[in-house]
Amino acid sequence: MKAVSIHNNQSIPVKSIPDLSYTEFLEANTSLVINDRENHCVNYFGFPFEDGIRLVCCIANDHDHLIHISSTLLNIDREYPSFSSLHLSFEKFEREIHENFGIKYLDHPWLKPVRFPFNQYDTANTIANYPFFQVSGEEIHEVGVGPIHAGVIEPGHFRFSCNGEQILHMEIQLGYQHRGIEYLLLEKKKLLQRTTIAESIAGDTVAGHTTAFINLFESLSGFKATEDLRFSRMLALELERIAMHTADLSALCTDIAYQLGSAVYGRLRTPIINFLQVWCGNRLAKGLLRPGMTHFPFTQALAEKLNAVLDSFEPDFIEMSKKLFSLPSALSRFEKTGVVSEEQLLEMGCVGMAARMYGVSRDVRFSHPHDLYSDIQHELIIKHHGDVYSRAQIRKQEIIQSIAFIREMLKSIPEPKEAGEDLQPMGKNMLALSLVEGWRGEICHCAITDSSGELEVYKVKDPSFHNWLALAMSVRNNEISDFPICNKSFNLSYCGHDL
Amino acid sequence: MLDNLKILYHQGKQYIPDLTKAEVPGIFRGRPVISASEVDEAKLVELCPTGAIQANPVSIDLGKCTFCGECAFAFPGKIQFTKDYKLSVNSRTDLVIIEGSDKPLELRPELIRKEIKSFFGGSLKLRQVSAGGDNSCELELNACGNVNFDMGRYGIEFVASPRHADGIVITGPIPANMAEPLQICFDATPDPKLIILVGTDAISGGIFEGSPALDRSFLDKYKVDLYVPGNPVHPLTFINGVLSLIR
Ligand code: SF4
Repeated sequence: MKAVSIHNNQSIPVKSIPDLSYTEFLEANTSLVINDRENHCVNYFGFPFEDGIRLVCCIANDHDHLIHISSTLLNIDREYPSFSSLHLSFEKFEREIHENFGIKYLDHPWLKPVRFPFNQYDTANTIANYPFFQVSGEEIHEVGVGPIHAGVIEPGHFRFSCNGEQILHMEIQLGYQHRGIEYLLLEKKKLLQRTTIAESIAGDTVAGHTTAFINLFESLSGFKATEDLRFSRMLALELERIAMHTADLSALCTDIAYQLGSAVYGRLRTPIINFLQVWCGNRLAKGLLRPGMTHFPFTQALAEKLNAVLDSFEPDFIEMSKKLFSLPSALSRFEKTGVVSEEQLLEMGCVGMAARMYGVSRDVRFSHPHDLYSDIQHELIIKHHGDVYSRAQIRKQEIIQSIAFIREMLKSIPEPKEAGEDLQPMGKNMLALSLVEGWRGEICHCAITDSSGELEVYKVKDPSFHNWLALAMSVRNNEISDFPICNKSFNLSYCGHDL
Repeated sequence: MLDNLKILYHQGKQYIPDLTKAEVPGIFRGRPVISASEVDEAKLVELCPTGAIQANPVSIDLGKCTFCGECAFAFPGKIQFTKDYKLSVNSRTDLVIIEGSDKPLELRPELIRKEIKSFFGGSLKLRQVSAGGDNSCELELNACGNVNFDMGRYGIEFVASPRHADGIVITGPIPANMAEPLQICFDATPDPKLIILVGTDAISGGIFEGSPALDRSFLDKYKVDLYVPGNPVHPLTFINGVLSLIR
């Protein structure tokens, strides 16, 4: 057996994971991804084990609801052939393994640092002395942007190599936001501390990351969430999607200097996040989701309020979107700008909107349903041009779709259950994996417990982990003045990446 | 043209007329009030995720509090969060709310440098530096300028360059990897300049306190002009805080 196959949010004993030789491990995992485009790597990480580094690779299939997990043990002193030379989608995972543990690869295309973590293997590496890739030539000039950007946004460095106005290559260097999330999740032992950390992985994806954490934790403790809890999580996820997609449409309008769209979408986000505040006292849903319980049961009165919010949101949203998507000056900026091809995004293992913008049906809500998603009738929103326009369209349509989901959910609100039994401690020597479709795409949390039932490894993967490279590819051969809309059309997370 | 007007008309009136008196909708965890009732204080202290609660007398440090509300759920007779969103102060110790106190939080006039009101009272340009901010405070700071809150009406604005700024607004717990860029940005801002810390993470490190990935030494070097607590801060908290500093 080359792998153990599990479902989303399933826990398994660590010893049930096949321990392969590195050659078998490499062959098994890369061939899964190479031979079937429905397979992609959702997590691939290492941790110290006995005298070496144990690697665990998790490949999910978009179709059969299964995640295939296998492992191997590496010796620090040897050099290994890389997965990345066979399939590019593993490149960042291997860079991370190299950065954290000093594993040497024979043929990795570019072992560029990922995030300069405080506990990296080679402490001489610093973000300040990072040598950027250089393109040389008489006509070539470089533009450095960041780490601090012009807007009120997070830091990251973009280095453009341009020929005149045209971008030949853009290198992205991240890591400025590294706060030690994975380390703190092990170090801070109280459940409320851990939940608070999960809420802070990316403050624009509170529902996404917290749901992943909670579902994972409940799985490890053998807790089965009642329907009302699962209802709350799914509702929070869909509201977050509506709010953030609307904010992104506003930002896209700002970047093409379309004032009306910028102001209208900007204000349309307000009633959605204000509803979250009415529900839980926080506009970004911090405090709403908790393992095994909730302080904020969803009531009929809240449902009426939410229905009213959606009833006034939807017509204004549709009216504004009709205008925006028929405005020649907007379309000329969106269309054929920042194109990534289907082949490229499969190669990079893109997820979420960045996959659906060009024919790849990848959406955890339907490929690995969690919470109440399996109850919902759904058609994936897939686009076929891979440009800014496709990414804007996906947002517009997903907002309308999320409104329909929520209206459907509000027809039958599960009875809030009285707080049931206390959460049990986590199982011993277990591995669990949780996938959640956040508004950006697939979030993956994976944890391993030790022989006392304490967390030994906690791995967080934000969708941005895969998708930053897609942004870099999208701007090639575009004018540098189109970078802002390319960037906004992906709107990737810095802190979710840097952890 | 006509449909543009129609769209405008359909938005109705969105701006909040008086930002100093507006009420926040629904529930809100603002300034807490701690009663004198007897509780198991050890348990209360223990449950807080960030060590914001001290016993005997019971106090909550809003510079550490993540506003999760768990203490109020566990001890509703002891702790209550009011809807008072005016939480900003200019002395770090004033963020500690002590049992029995139910006073609005205010700035200490003697700590406001005298040039601030005359220089910035009518116009304040700020440079925002996210130093490990999780994008929640950043979203709320952006919202301060939207059509609802429109802090531009007071001449308060975020600008793209520190060279154009009168001060910096820091969010996030300040990772080591951001320590140098933050310093460079601050040095590039012309004098006189303000430092405003926004959000619990910036004020104390919040849930990240003690992380070896942080380097908060910048804050040891300079005097902070304004502390704005929240997780994230509410736009009304930020705008009212800044107004009380410059007006
Ligand atoms: S609301 Fe603040 S003081 Fe109360 S438990 Fe949460 S972090 Fe601690």
